[in-house]
Amino acid sequence: MESTRRLWLSQCIGMAALAEVAAAQQHAHEAVQSAGPPPFQTLDPATALEIDAIVSQIIPSTDGPGAHEAGVIYFIDRALSTFDKDLRDAYRTGIGEVEQKRKEMFPGSASVATLGNEQQIQLIHAMEHTDFFELLRTHTMYGFLGNPSYGGNRDRIGWKLIGFDDRMAYQPPFGYYDAPGGDR
Amino acid sequence: MSVTFRPSDEVDFLVIGAGAAGGVMAKELSTVGFRVVVLEQGPYLTEKDYRHDEIRYTYQPGLTNDPKVQPITHRKSESEQAKPIKAVEYGRQVGGGSVHFTANYWRFHESDFEERSLFGDVPGADLADWPIKYSDLEPYYTKAEYDLGISGLGGANPFEGPRSKPYPLPPMPVKSSGVLFDRAAKKLGLHPYPAPVAILSQAYQGRSACVHCGFCESFGCEMRAKSSTLVSVIPTAEKTGRCEIRPNSYVRKIESDAHGRATGAVYFDASRREIFQRAKAVMLCANGAETARLLLLSKSKRFPDGLANSSGLVGKYLMWDNGGFASGLFEHPLNEYKGIQVTRVLHDYYRADPKRGFYGGGGLDARFDYYPASFALHGMPPDTPKWGAEYKKMLGTYFTHTMGVLAHTSSLPQLRSSISLDPDVKDTWGLPAMRVTYDYHPDDIATMKWMLTKQVEILEAAGAKKIWTSSFALEDNMPSRHLMGTCRMGNDPKQSVVDRYNRTHDVPNLWIADGSSFVTAGRQQPTATIQALAYRAADFAAKAAKGGMKA
Repeated sequence: MESTRRLWLSQCIGMAALAEVAAAQQHAHEAVQSAGPPPFQTLDPATALEIDAIVSQIIPSTDGPGAHEAGVIYFIDRALSTFDKDLRDAYRTGIGEVEQKRKEMFPGSASVATLGNEQQIQLIHAMEHTDFFELLRTHTMYGFLGNPSYGGNRDRIGWKLIGFDDRMAYQPPFGYYDAPGGDR
Repeated sequence: MSVTFRPSDEVDFLVIGAGAAGGVMAKELSTVGFRVVVLEQGPYLTEKDYRHDEIRYTYQPGLTNDPKVQPITHRKSESEQAKPIKAVEYGRQVGGGSVHFTANYWRFHESDFEERSLFGDVPGADLADWPIKYSDLEPYYTKAEYDLGISGLGGANPFEGPRSKPYPLPPMPVKSSGVLFDRAAKKLGLHPYPAPVAILSQAYQGRSACVHCGFCESFGCEMRAKSSTLVSVIPTAEKTGRCEIRPNSYVRKIESDAHGRATGAVYFDASRREIFQRAKAVMLCANGAETARLLLLSKSKRFPDGLANSSGLVGKYLMWDNGGFASGLFEHPLNEYKGIQVTRVLHDYYRADPKRGFYGGGGLDARFDYYPASFALHGMPPDTPKWGAEYKKMLGTYFTHTMGVLAHTSSLPQLRSSISLDPDVKDTWGLPAMRVTYDYHPDDIATMKWMLTKQVEILEAAGAKKIWTSSFALEDNMPSRHLMGTCRMGNDPKQSVVDRYNRTHDVPNLWIADGSSFVTAGRQQPTATIQALAYRAADFAAKAAKGGMKA
């Protein structure tokens, strides 16, 4: 099943109708080909570290891999380089506000990434009702649970967590209640 | 076999929009011998272009209109300044919304065509009877079900009108949500039944049966098992050698002559060149929102307020995609991401009843219409954390253990709800943007709230461990995906835009078949009725063109 899907995906990639999607996939392809951590196309490394620190609190690495291990930051970089170019300013402004908030809350601190775990959680609580946090949360979920071809959801970490096994076909019974003897 | 016409060729019929209705028109008119050109603003994709890619189809516009290219503005009333927002959504490719819809395929009830007589006047609304009855449309519902390939169990819904034939295909296998819903509803004395869907439960007309991959709603079917017009009637039309489907063709005006007859349409091709395609008659099937906008854009000396708009009612009586969602968490895994979205429905609360104290009713279905990321963002209970360790832990069980009961509720026609041209905002072709003026009627909200109590009751009876709800009305449900009203059907040219045969009162060779001619909204799920109307209109238009009917 797995090899069928891969074959099928490779057939589809060349046929993507939207140029943006093709560009995103090319980017993903290059990232996968290169050795070591893929370079960022839009984010500067310092900003990437800050964003990674925040998204790693949205889906933390407690009880198993989280947003950091899934490579959500690489998905975000890809989004901002392709289909979400329009959101670069929102990120620039948003991160600026986060750093401002951090300095207010933790005078003398150097960055979000170097705050302690509890301090990071406090900082996010202070910003969780902002539009920027909602944007980060949205990108985190698509990066954690979206198609791995966009650079996130590495090794299908997100799908494994929620129990989604991504096959092209299933046969009933699908769940407990529609199975014979399953309470039916 | 496919044919190419020149713009200077005066074809018999020009169909605008290759969607649920336009695809039907293409087939019906070309197979009886007419030469047909179909203009579709979106691309011509096939199953090979579709993917299981949530980022592309739920996060990005994917298969629907893109507000970055075609902005839409919305306001609640005429006194407000309209603001840009994706207020309405429609399928934008060959096959239109029939490509990415959930594939629910409900017939309207007999009562839907005469609610004004049955229920009476509703203050603040403009409820009216249709000029046709269920019995006028019944043969065309049957034709649609057989032509397109619909799965279901005829006679299983005790509230449905009489049907001349059973469904051509048996129902789809029931999912865990369907089993729980069925059992709970029966316990409450209700009448659940297998969902009628435009998805193949068995091989049909050269297409294979569904393999239960789960990617129906918002996605194009990679297996050709969803019975869109793209994989059913459009190939038949093209095989006649008399029908050309012309994608990437965005119509800006329907032209008319000094005698008040339509002569064809001007459109932008993929390179944004303007082309005029001549035709003897025009079939407008551009959906309940774009159809009205195009008529308003088609002003001329003879039609200063827009084409076919002597009544002033083009764009008026827009109805909305109303409903509400209740979710339940269960002890064992349901794995609702597998298989089609909906396998059980009930219509016990469908018919409006004056005893409720308000107009309205709804149908309910058992479903799960989330994909992994959209569930994480929108599917979790509102009273739980939105991020962090606890949230992550909950995601681990909730995705596989949750199901929903969705209500599809009435939407009253109101004169103040409309599609019009925005005076300030333009699309990227320089045409006035679509402006949507819409707010709920109080009875619509009362209905949604009342239905929500029924949804919760069923989930309780099903044994849900935790239940949470959202009512569309409380959240200003946008975009609306069921585009109905705006070119009302009626016998009186002063009170309606099209006649009982879907022909415009004002322009004898212009017909409109899509959601725009709906007089009332039924209980949502408009596709079956849109397509039945298209089959019927094509039938009458063909007769008119052959001289059997005055044209």
